[in-house]
Amino acid sequence: MTRTSFLKRDEAVGLAILALIIFVVFPVMLDDFRLNLFGKYLTYAFVAIGLVLCWGAGGILSLGQGVFFGLGGYCMAMFLKLEASTPEATAIQSTPGIPDFMDWNQITALPVWWQPFDSFALTLAAILVVPAAFAFVIGFAMFRRRVSGVYFAIITQAIAAIVTILIIGQQGYTGGVNGITDLRTLMGWDIRPDGAKTALYFVNGVLLFVCLLVAMAIRKSKFGRVLVAMRDAEDRVRFSGYDVASFKIFIFCVGAMMASVGGAMFTLQVGFMSPTIVGIVPSIEMVIFCAVGGRHSLMGAVYGALLVNWAKTTFSESFPDLWLFGLGALFIAVVMAFPNGLAGLYDDYVKPRLPMRRTAPATQPQPAE
Amino acid sequence: MFSDYSLSELGAIFAMQGFAGLILFSVFVLMALGLAIIFGQMGVINMAHGEFMILGAYVTYLVSNAFAAYMPALFGAYFFVAMVLAFCASGLLGMAVEWAIIRHLYKRPLDTLLATWGLSLMLQQAFRSLFGAREVGVTIPDWMMGSMAVTDMIEVPINGIFVMVLALGISAAIYVMMYRSGWGRQVRAVTQNRVMAGAVGINTERTDRMTFGIGCGVAGVAGAAFTMIGSTGPTSGQAYIVDTFLVVVFGGAASLLGTIASAFSISQAQSILEFFLSGSMAKVITLLVVVGILMLRPQGLFAMKLRK
Repeated sequence: MTRTSFLKRDEAVGLAILALIIFVVFPVMLDDFRLNLFGKYLTYAFVAIGLVLCWGAGGILSLGQGVFFGLGGYCMAMFLKLEASTPEATAIQSTPGIPDFMDWNQITALPVWWQPFDSFALTLAAILVVPAAFAFVIGFAMFRRRVSGVYFAIITQAIAAIVTILIIGQQGYTGGVNGITDLRTLMGWDIRPDGAKTALYFVNGVLLFVCLLVAMAIRKSKFGRVLVAMRDAEDRVRFSGYDVASFKIFIFCVGAMMASVGGAMFTLQVGFMSPTIVGIVPSIEMVIFCAVGGRHSLMGAVYGALLVNWAKTTFSESFPDLWLFGLGALFIAVVMAFPNGLAGLYDDYVKPRLPMRRTAPATQPQPAE
Repeated sequence: MFSDYSLSELGAIFAMQGFAGLILFSVFVLMALGLAIIFGQMGVINMAHGEFMILGAYVTYLVSNAFAAYMPALFGAYFFVAMVLAFCASGLLGMAVEWAIIRHLYKRPLDTLLATWGLSLMLQQAFRSLFGAREVGVTIPDWMMGSMAVTDMIEVPINGIFVMVLALGISAAIYVMMYRSGWGRQVRAVTQNRVMAGAVGINTERTDRMTFGIGCGVAGVAGAAFTMIGSTGPTSGQAYIVDTFLVVVFGGAASLLGTIASAFSISQAQSILEFFLSGSMAKVITLLVVVGILMLRPQGLFAMKLRK
């Protein structure tokens, strides 16, 4: 295939359709409450896109993406909480000017590591740097020692468990199991009214497209090809002289940063952050968003996140008992019946019938280990 | 942190916490043994392992209720019946699951992980629908109640001792099964080289199914033992799955001795730290150390020497 432009025709069409759905169809069709809900679903799409890069392209399955989502969310929540805890607003506390949960836990001064979050610029930097640094430490330690596959999945899951226990245990510093709640304004702009939520929805959508384009650029670059080669035959890539570990560390950090951006947008739109979003269960659910959408398809990940979350809300509202059966069956069905997810179904059944002029079909990617 | 206690008090604290740690150790060993067979020998990630355990616990609960209603005279012995039934129930379910799901996924370990996670969600909901969301406890037979006073400062509960004895007994049984019986030889042969094992006439499919079933059955027995020291709820299993996997991986996946050694060190560290720090910090520190060691030594404590 000759490289004529950055996007192939069907990719451009796919992006346009997705943009149409996110920026036109949803805002027109849904009321403010539902739109906010869909905005929340879309924040999970950031994680799913990161997972497509790590898992689908790189073969690295992380069961700890919730940690990075949570890190981004907590960074944003800390900034908002500090803004909401002005000395005037917290005058009834024994120590005014610190977040309420700290006061309840007899802490009298703001901890040092909270202080950078007074500044919005530093907070934005932290949302990108903190998870990347954390992912770098994990990735450096593990990929250099050639830990991969199942072991990596189990250890990242353990890390998710550790972080959750730590957040819940250190109530005075993190808000404990309730999380950081009662967030009000962002730089003086009230984020609670419907208008603000709609605006945040669009910001979220734009950021999502930025992430999608970055991910597409990565996949199309030489780097992306090395990544796929690594997934399919790691040793051969290593023997060809590539530094496999560095590639893995990089993609893991990128995935972490995307998850973190999603987390920050989650906090802004939902108005709180709590350890229930960090733990093992949500982390593994994030993998299912990616698997349902199709582990090799970036746009599929967005649809997967939307569809599974929408189903979760709908079913758990009307049939709370059946929901877990449905979700469990979905896990099994996706793995056994259609490992390439929605994108695979689209490629197999819809695409051949489309009346579009197209080049020879690309070879089917095999499911990653 | 030690300065507040006198020497003899410290001794008693270490002994009591050490014993509490031994109970935790027994629980870890029981849970990890089943997983060591399934994950260590077969390389299958069974995320529903905790649910197989809880199934055993619920079977025990049902059996104890049945004994209380129909055979109150024999109530003291119900636990042994329950243990056998728990083994059968979990084992049979395990074999069914192997047939329906796992055998299609042997070449895709990460997908097994997702599929068994789905299975665990379904089992949890099934438990919730059948037994209610609230935790249930069983009546412990009289002979297991109470505690033994070792010295005037140190007391150990009898049910704890029982669970320990059970853990040791099952470990020994599994050791004999894996390393001293024809069946164990077949299992190890299939694990090491499936094609060759098939070529010399071992029915690899049946061996896989049996192995998985026995691993799940052991989890069921662990669940039965579990009811002696705590109550059971639909999601109790999930709380232990991370610990269990870490125990198995930390010990070195294919080594039974490693599993026991790592269960011992993790449980002792956790229960001794628990006395001086809060429970959550003790857990965090223990897990961090384990993860840290695994990052430096991914093959675990006792690694089998093999060429990959």
